Amino acid sequence: MEALVALLDSTVRLSTPLLLACLAGLYSERSGVFDIGLEGKLLGAAFAAAATASLTGSPWLGALAAVAASCALALVHGVACISARGNQIVSGVAINFLALGLTAVLGHAWFSQGGKTPPLAQEARLGPLELPLSETLAGVPVLGPVWSGLVSGHSVLVYAAFLAAPLTWWVLWRTRFGLRLRAVGENPAAVDTAGLSVAGLRYRAVLVCGLLCGLGGAYLSIAQGAGFVPNMSAGKGFIALAALIFAKWRPMQAMATCLLFGFLDASAIRLQGVELPLIGPAPVQLIQAAPYILTVVLLAGFIGAARPPKAGGAPYLKER
Amino acid sequence: MTPAPLPRWVDLILLPLLNLSVAFLVAGLVVLAIGEDPLEATRILLYGALGWGEGIGFTLYYATSFIFTGLAVAVAFHAGLFNIGGEGQAYVGGLGVAVVCLALDRYVQWWITAPLAALGGAAFGAAWAFVPAYLQATRGSHVVITTIMFNFIAASLMIWLLVDVLAPPGQMSPESRTFEAGGRLPQLDGLMALIGVDTGSAPVNLSLILALLAAWGVWLLIWRTRLGYEMRTFGANRDAAIYAGVSPLRITVVAMLISGGLAGLMALNPVMGEQHRLLFEFVGGAGFVGIAVALMGRAHPAGVVAAALLFGVLYQGGAELAFEKPAITRDMIVMIQGLVILFAGALEFLFRPALGRLFAGAARREAA
Repeated sequence: MEALVALLDSTVRLSTPLLLACLAGLYSERSGVFDIGLEGKLLGAAFAAAATASLTGSPWLGALAAVAASCALALVHGVACISARGNQIVSGVAINFLALGLTAVLGHAWFSQGGKTPPLAQEARLGPLELPLSETLAGVPVLGPVWSGLVSGHSVLVYAAFLAAPLTWWVLWRTRFGLRLRAVGENPAAVDTAGLSVAGLRYRAVLVCGLLCGLGGAYLSIAQGAGFVPNMSAGKGFIALAALIFAKWRPMQAMATCLLFGFLDASAIRLQGVELPLIGPAPVQLIQAAPYILTVVLLAGFIGAARPPKAGGAPYLKER
Repeated sequence: MTPAPLPRWVDLILLPLLNLSVAFLVAGLVVLAIGEDPLEATRILLYGALGWGEGIGFTLYYATSFIFTGLAVAVAFHAGLFNIGGEGQAYVGGLGVAVVCLALDRYVQWWITAPLAALGGAAFGAAWAFVPAYLQATRGSHVVITTIMFNFIAASLMIWLLVDVLAPPGQMSPESRTFEAGGRLPQLDGLMALIGVDTGSAPVNLSLILALLAAWGVWLLIWRTRLGYEMRTFGANRDAAIYAGVSPLRITVVAMLISGGLAGLMALNPVMGEQHRLLFEFVGGAGFVGIAVALMGRAHPAGVVAAALLFGVLYQGGAELAFEKPAITRDMIVMIQGLVILFAGALEFLFRPALGRLFAGAARREAA
């Protein structure tokens, strides 16, 4: 029971950055702007968060800086894809490298610790929140370990991420903004004809994407970790992208997929060097590659078709 | 709103140069921001890459890898495909090179091993590109996404192979055994000495010649063969190409196989030419540099070779710069790579309207 709670607990921790990045990509791609630059935004935000938190000692300013950095990168993507009508994939690739290089260069120049930021003290991090009753319930069988071991004791960003999924569903399917955002990703000409600004809607979507990636990056460096390490996002932005496709661009499915991918990651860490009955040494590399393999299998159409937003990837050119 | 036509030289030379200058200008500002002198940094970088024989040797060594990966991306571009999987294809290509070298190096001369190793690298690289290509053609799975996924799958596969299969028993580091003389490409120091450059111990090797031949071969393929014509037609207008009888399945798969094969060939340079063994993560980002190189070279082989040389200069000069100026690490090169992709790729039209107006105005004045 304890081992299971611990495994699920680390599943939740590992899926949080995936979920934030995945929902970020969801807003952007639903509006018709493909974003393979999630990875770069996570990394840039993680650096901004850790650098600011270590200089000011305030995790909240750190989170704010993370959101600002991520939104700045998102705006570069927006200008390139929406205003300059450049190639969205190329722009995403550029942002990934820009963030990877720039964070390491600045980190090295500012803190002289090989690109790392100084380790953060506990009060400069977004620490765990103890939910009410976690002390009282700790002794109760089943409910106790689940409540105090699994549900309580996470950073505020974890709760934010898991609330963001249903909120995203509500925004996209129950509000006027959401309807327009989805419409601009399917048929921008129709939205344009209705007198709405295609570019304006897409910029808003790209900024929401920046906001969520910023929170995801802040989680990596000032909540889950205690400081920035070069390339600390380590492909999480791409796993989030895989999760987005796997979830077929829907928020609640995105949450389930991110939990699944987080679970795979958590089990791979635990199975390192473990002998399994019948199989022998645990195939850790295979488990780590599973999210990518599953996504390719899904894209091949073996688990239902994954249909991206129709107008995704194409810049909108107003006819004159 | 059709964009005003620009003179050919503006489109092919001025615009790319302008984009490139802006990328380097931004990089210079970053150097300035961390308290270093950009002009001095440029001087150290250029001297480190081109100012002495061994530096030139290293520059050419890096450029060799980038020619292969740049050509890989460029070939796919012509068929309208974006192959981001060069990194993974090169990594798996290294497996093909290593398998041939490990099997033959103790029995035959290098000149028997080399062509087979090249074939092995190309075949393994092409095989790694096949699944994304086939899924794109038959199932419509976007090749960009599948090749990204295949990069990560390649990384996992190669770690497993290097740790559990290829590493000799009792060895901790994830790498194969070192090849004997029969699995090593000759260095080009003799050839370089003929033109008066002493490359010293720099690892520039025979695969540079192969890279230049590959560039010529790609030029022939794209502009002088029926297949190349079909690829360009398919890339320019899918529907028209299909109407004209081009098979989308065939073109997609063939273009990606050639692309993956070129990426796989890149492995020859580090694996058989320098390290003489299969190392963990030996590609080191060269597959991604290929994207910047192809964009900068406008997917033309001559442009790719020139852009690969520029990135060779950046890599070698950047290493020297990091040595002389500890504040500027080699990560600066990754940043410049990002800026080049941004300005030469995503923002390639940034200055087009302004230049269009400028030249339209000049043309009007001349007419009047």
